Amino acid sequence: MPDLLIELFSEEIPARMQAKAADDLRKRVTDGLVEAGLTYAGAQAFSTPRRLTLALEGLLAESPTVREERKGPKVGAPDKAIEGFLRGAGVSRDDLEERETPKGAVYFATITKPGRAAEEIVAEVLEDTVRNFPWPKSMRWGAGSLRWVRPLHSILCILSNEAGASVVPLDIDGIKAGDTTEGHRFMGTGRFAVASFEDYEAKLKRDKVILSADERAEHIWNDATNMAFAQGMEIVEDQGLLKEVAGLVEWPVVLMGDIAEDFLGLPPEVLQTSMKEHQKFFSVKNPKTGRIEKFVTVANRETADHGATILAGNQKVLFARLSDAKFFWENDLRVAKAGAAPWLESLGNVTFHNKLGTQGARIERFAGLARELAEVVGADADVIEQAAKFAKADLSSEMVYEFPELQGLMGRYYAEAAGLSAEVAAAAEEHYSPLGPSDDVPTAPVSVAVALADKLDTLTGFWAIDEKPTGSKDPFALRRAALGVIRLVLENDLRMNLDKYFDMQLLRHEIAQNGDGGVAEALMEDMEREIADHGVFGAAVRTVLDAFDGDLPEHIEEIKQSVPDTSRDLLGFFHDRLKVHLRDEGIRHDVIDACLEMPGNDDLVLLVKRAEALGAFLGTEDGENLVQGFKRANNILTQAEEKDGVEYSFGADVKYAEDDSETALFEALAAQEGPIAAAIEAEDFAAAMAGMATLRAPIDAFFEAVQVNAENEIVRRNRLNLLGQIRKICLGVADLTRIEG
Amino acid sequence: MATPDKKPQSFQEIILRLQNYWAEKGCAVMQPYDMEVGAGTFHPATTLRSLGSKPWAAAYVQPSRRPTDGRYGENPNRLQHYYQYQVLIKPSPPDLQALYLGSLEAIGIDMDLHDIRFVEDDWESPTLGAWGLGWEVWCDGMEVSQFTYFQQVGGHDCHPVSGELTYGLERLAMYVLGIDHVMDMPFNAPDSPIALKYGDVFRQTEQEYSRWNFDVANTDVLLKQFEEAEAECEKILAEEHVDPKTGKRIIMAHPAYDQCIKASHLFNLLDARGVISVTERQAYIGRVRALAKQCADAFVQTEAGGYVA
Repeated sequence: MPDLLIELFSEEIPARMQAKAADDLRKRVTDGLVEAGLTYAGAQAFSTPRRLTLALEGLLAESPTVREERKGPKVGAPDKAIEGFLRGAGVSRDDLEERETPKGAVYFATITKPGRAAEEIVAEVLEDTVRNFPWPKSMRWGAGSLRWVRPLHSILCILSNEAGASVVPLDIDGIKAGDTTEGHRFMGTGRFAVASFEDYEAKLKRDKVILSADERAEHIWNDATNMAFAQGMEIVEDQGLLKEVAGLVEWPVVLMGDIAEDFLGLPPEVLQTSMKEHQKFFSVKNPKTGRIEKFVTVANRETADHGATILAGNQKVLFARLSDAKFFWENDLRVAKAGAAPWLESLGNVTFHNKLGTQGARIERFAGLARELAEVVGADADVIEQAAKFAKADLSSEMVYEFPELQGLMGRYYAEAAGLSAEVAAAAEEHYSPLGPSDDVPTAPVSVAVALADKLDTLTGFWAIDEKPTGSKDPFALRRAALGVIRLVLENDLRMNLDKYFDMQLLRHEIAQNGDGGVAEALMEDMEREIADHGVFGAAVRTVLDAFDGDLPEHIEEIKQSVPDTSRDLLGFFHDRLKVHLRDEGIRHDVIDACLEMPGNDDLVLLVKRAEALGAFLGTEDGENLVQGFKRANNILTQAEEKDGVEYSFGADVKYAEDDSETALFEALAAQEGPIAAAIEAEDFAAAMAGMATLRAPIDAFFEAVQVNAENEIVRRNRLNLLGQIRKICLGVADLTRIEG
Repeated sequence: MATPDKKPQSFQEIILRLQNYWAEKGCAVMQPYDMEVGAGTFHPATTLRSLGSKPWAAAYVQPSRRPTDGRYGENPNRLQHYYQYQVLIKPSPPDLQALYLGSLEAIGIDMDLHDIRFVEDDWESPTLGAWGLGWEVWCDGMEVSQFTYFQQVGGHDCHPVSGELTYGLERLAMYVLGIDHVMDMPFNAPDSPIALKYGDVFRQTEQEYSRWNFDVANTDVLLKQFEEAEAECEKILAEEHVDPKTGKRIIMAHPAYDQCIKASHLFNLLDARGVISVTERQAYIGRVRALAKQCADAFVQTEAGGYVA
């Protein structure tokens, strides 16, 4: 069985695309071959800056012959029908076979699809792969129409076995497949022919190309760490950078250089970011001083002067870059030490979103909200407000303009320089978190308040202007912001009714967008007070508006109508995100649904507490009992209620009890009702549910012994009301009708 | 080839060597366009000639102006007026990378000692409605050129595709000559009877233009000129294709494009004066792009743009 070797040789492929491209090549070619009947024993794909390579072992030399039997018309059917069948099956009349079936004699044809040679199939599959390759971005070149990531120069495609290798005949837009390739652009020896994968890999190495990206990365990492170790230093690990650099070179040569003394006073993150972003350098840390004192760069070649010229050049570029960084840092520190007023001022001129106004206006808005969160997080409102107002100051700094990824971190440095408290400085850094699902969540109260306010302002703002995420489109990362709020609330165990804060902030947005400076502001204050006192937007605020003497401005009228709806919609969005989050934590969707139906579902901590208790409880025998007992009672009750058109929610009376089991159920209920209510009140849902579960046995005994739908209407109604009482108790913890199974 | 063994001694020698190199490789060595532009790409020899089916090969120096980059001649490598060297070949030849590397050798970069890399950098000009794929070329970690395969210009797909090379001449020359501050770079040969440095030629103008660009340029006038250039461009393109005087089909793509270039530069000046807000910025860029697109539409209707009657 032959081996197959394919190499697509092009101009430099972007480093970030190489790994996926190698994988796509493997997948597309092997899928195509297998679909055509060519199986293989093993496949390996590789990428370098200039080539994608696929090596298949033990490929079938030809696809197997396939026989297919096809049923035709009845014997004696019209000639036309028989001829049509013959054409479709591609056989002649003599090839037909008559066979007896329960429906009489019928013609059968056996179609034989002969196997095809591997080279024919490979050529087809490879051409299709090249023409339809899923590059994130592709291009045309010269006068041709073929698309590739960069100009494609040659295709190597050979089938090889013990007897030798043969080129698979193939021509894609004038590029003929062959058995040659070339090595390193500068250190290679020109084009050469290869006869097998082993030969290919060895000749590439001879011509200064390491085929495997992993091997290049390993080589870089080993050399770099050894070099650093020899000087008593260590490399700052960065897997992403290592992968990228391994994609920029075919023959890695690691060089280490010094960072001039002048720059060692820069924050280490600044050094690291500048070197990484602009130069793809690794940072080298001195463990004794904790400073980054050297760098490692990876060249793509060996030179007679052992890299001296290359290193000197890189060092010079670094010097210029760090001079810039130092210039920014020193200018920024000057502004920060003087209180950063110009930065805060200039945020008033930066548009955040054309419908949501400037960054400055936004900061004012969320600082207000942050203050109100003081009681929730347990920190001083003035400190929180100060932190909120400084949190975005660094966006105006020169350093963050140059390196946006340092936002927040520079805020911390500048807050410290401005002489602000450690809490305020920490909030400047931490308030963006958590960004991703695995990011750490801030725990310092001031940071938490600012982080929440920032995210809630963003969410309510985009809800207010109706720019919600749709499908896969979420340009303002609102899903991420909502998940951030959820994690901040849950992981810090914050008891807060989101509704109240949604309303408050939505109101601020509405006023900001429509405010006229007079009536609106006065009303705003009244409404804010109402919300703060009563926590619910709808009714309380309507009272304020109704009490307003005179005609309401039109936009206030609109606010009155729209805010509660928007707020409800936003809560629904949060619930959807929470469901995803809890599902990842292993909580069943029906459990979440059952809990979402309960009051206070905008208190996420309560909601999750309930869901976790219910989830855990359902996994136990007691839990199973509770649900079964509830369902049995509920089914009978629902049927009766539908039939009678009434709701059986009046108190049942033990004096109408006829059977012992009935009396026993009354007693069990009487005994459990108080403790269950108390447990729910104390949010001890596990205890409440355990109490409910004890009702299962008396309920079963009751159903066993008595007929609920008794002849006597008084007895019947009493029994239904008894079941009504059970249902009411059980629904106190969650909407159990939503539990499946 | 011009004395590749000997290192060049001056800024102008590097330019001359590039001119000779690309002349030898068959490019028409053109002269700078006589208008203020932000980059060599704006020269009609690139923008317009990259459109249509006719083969083309041109190389030229283009003085370029970026008002916001002015630093009063004090920054070691930032200038509001600088030179780009531009090469455009259509269709892009298969050995364009090798040709490019040859040009580096021609200006004294020894391939055996340096580390040359092609690092992904896609090019896009929102004002020209143009984009392409390619790289920035690194020499020992320093960006020395931009290498682009044009895919679209003025909203038109490029067929065939042009290969474009852009060298930032000051930066490249400083690297080759080992100079740290641009103003210290020898402009002509250091042993000339009257040896001139870059600063002798340009320090004063950098100061003058920095002051004018940032603080003095009359924004009302600039705004008015922008509107006028825009209106003139559209008016030119709205004219009948057949000239009533000569009776010939004369589409005035180039005169219209001059107005587009003007509008683009006026926008840059307004930007440097800080009178354009973030939101307005996009709108202005859109207006220039609309002009560029109309000029491209007109050019492909001309003979040079591949039109056949």
